[in-house]
Amino acid sequence: MSDHESTYVPKTAVEKWLDTRLPIVRFGADYMSLPTPKNLNYWWTFGGILALCLVTQIATGIVLAMHYVPNTELAFASVERIMRDVNGGDLIRYTHANGASMFFIAVYLHMLRGLYYGSYKAPREMIWIVGCVIFFLMIATAFLGYVLPWGQMSYWGAEVITNLIGAIPGIGEPILIWLRGGPAIDNATLNRFFSLHYLLPFVIAGCVVLHLWALHHAGQNNPVGILIPKDRAKKDMVPFHPYFTVKDGFAIILFLILFALFVFFMPNALGHADNYIPANPLQTPAHIVPEWYMLPFYAILRAVPDKFGGVLAMFGAIGVLFVLPWLDTSKVRSMRYRPTMRTFFVIFVVVGLLLGWCGAQLPDAPVVPGMPSFNLIDGQLNSYLWLTRFATLYYFAFFLVILPLVGLKEKPLPVPATISEPVLSGAEEQKG
Amino acid sequence: MAESVVEGEGGDATRRDFIHIAAGAAAVGAVGMVVWPLINQMNPAADTLALASIEFDMTKVQEGQQVVIKWQGKPVFVRYRTPAELQRVIADDHASDLKEPQTDAERTKPGHEKYLVVLGNCTHLGCVPTFGTGDFGGWFCPCHGSHYDASGRIRKGPAPANLVVPEYEFVSDTRVKIG
Repeated sequence: MSDHESTYVPKTAVEKWLDTRLPIVRFGADYMSLPTPKNLNYWWTFGGILALCLVTQIATGIVLAMHYVPNTELAFASVERIMRDVNGGDLIRYTHANGASMFFIAVYLHMLRGLYYGSYKAPREMIWIVGCVIFFLMIATAFLGYVLPWGQMSYWGAEVITNLIGAIPGIGEPILIWLRGGPAIDNATLNRFFSLHYLLPFVIAGCVVLHLWALHHAGQNNPVGILIPKDRAKKDMVPFHPYFTVKDGFAIILFLILFALFVFFMPNALGHADNYIPANPLQTPAHIVPEWYMLPFYAILRAVPDKFGGVLAMFGAIGVLFVLPWLDTSKVRSMRYRPTMRTFFVIFVVVGLLLGWCGAQLPDAPVVPGMPSFNLIDGQLNSYLWLTRFATLYYFAFFLVILPLVGLKEKPLPVPATISEPVLSGAEEQKG
Repeated sequence: MAESVVEGEGGDATRRDFIHIAAGAAAVGAVGMVVWPLINQMNPAADTLALASIEFDMTKVQEGQQVVIKWQGKPVFVRYRTPAELQRVIADDHASDLKEPQTDAERTKPGHEKYLVVLGNCTHLGCVPTFGTGDFGGWFCPCHGSHYDASGRIRKGPAPANLVVPEYEFVSDTRVKIG
């Protein structure tokens, strides 16, 4: 954005008057004419999709807050009232609940795109780090929101997750009581969770502004991963509008079809039946699991036999993302030109899905029923416990060992000098 | 800033530094004083802290049974253990797999060894364990697979400590006061 010269010319008298006082129309016009790498593929459309997700969640959430009552005696009933009596309430609530899942589908794909194409490397580290902050805030917001219906999963999810903080040696217990506002999860907890659940999305919106500011200052990455030379700007860039407004718009329509499929045809597919039972502090459901988007991290938590160790591993799994730009030693951004790394990346995606799968299983259950196994330290080798441990090991090894070492050892494929070169198969571009 | 003080460019520089530091410190102190009530309001309120202790009539529990009562928003297990269970937990008093070694006698009241009173929250992440499904004749936590014996001692799994024995006393032969 900083190098982008404004081409906006105010036409009407009102625009001229406004332009010298608050150049907001110019801001919008400049955004629309922003030079954008012409080779961006559909993996780049998730930014726009995520913006839509945030707006959807805020809009439906504000409406839901008009009917929801944050009180342990009334919360569950008020949610059921939204479902049964409030005009269109079921649709609004299902949109909000499934919207959270859609938000996470999009953010995971957005992050994997960044990982694959090296979008976190210089000069774009701050875009990535602010993105990590947004991701962390999303997890916090989703967790707080899941507690509000005050069902069994809400209550026990809150119990387990707040107890993670209690695992911190020494100061854990006082912080835990401070966070809950009492010795157990109760009305005080529900009230503050509602307050914070309403607040955090606006903090996320603020971070999105920083994310976009950094993005437009450093410039967008592209599938080839090279910085576009100044003299190539005219050839390799196209204005954001209409090229990418249309492309993003098409992707948004496809995404909304998926979204609508869940909201209208299987609104509870991603939820848990137990959350339609009112919270009972005296009985834990037989099998408590977090929402699907937290499962990989939940699996990592369970993989470590030590309580505090598990908590550290879980937060470490998110924390390691923050330092990713300095763990990758390769100068080549896009994994298109890093065949070795690409293989490890594919394994990483599989391991991520595997961790999610493991997180939903009972730790002691056998992975392959009936297969002979033996006891390894504290559990059967043929159990989800050990499968989770191997997957957790790979998760951390990918960031802490594979990324630094492969970057030093591998021999990347030749990287094109311009983003037109691979398309034109060298005919014109070989010369210069 | 500090350097200019050392090199002594004159009384003015030092005085200005002093004003900067003093004003900064005052501002930090003021912000702290304003922010503290906003943080402290999240601590348990007076009515929450005032939760009284409860009394419980032990005759309501039959041998081999467990009653779950709610105390301070948390479940408390009151269990009347069978002779077989008692025999097993006493035999395990010095088992090598005890993470937090305690004898059964240390976890009960003299003369009332058959009754076990413990908080019903797993010491791992707070779920409520179920009796009779673990490997050690006691509780099993469904959330992350911690096994407790019939004395509520952690034997296997991620939980770091034994089920907590709350402060309680027998006010008569059949009544206990918890808290």
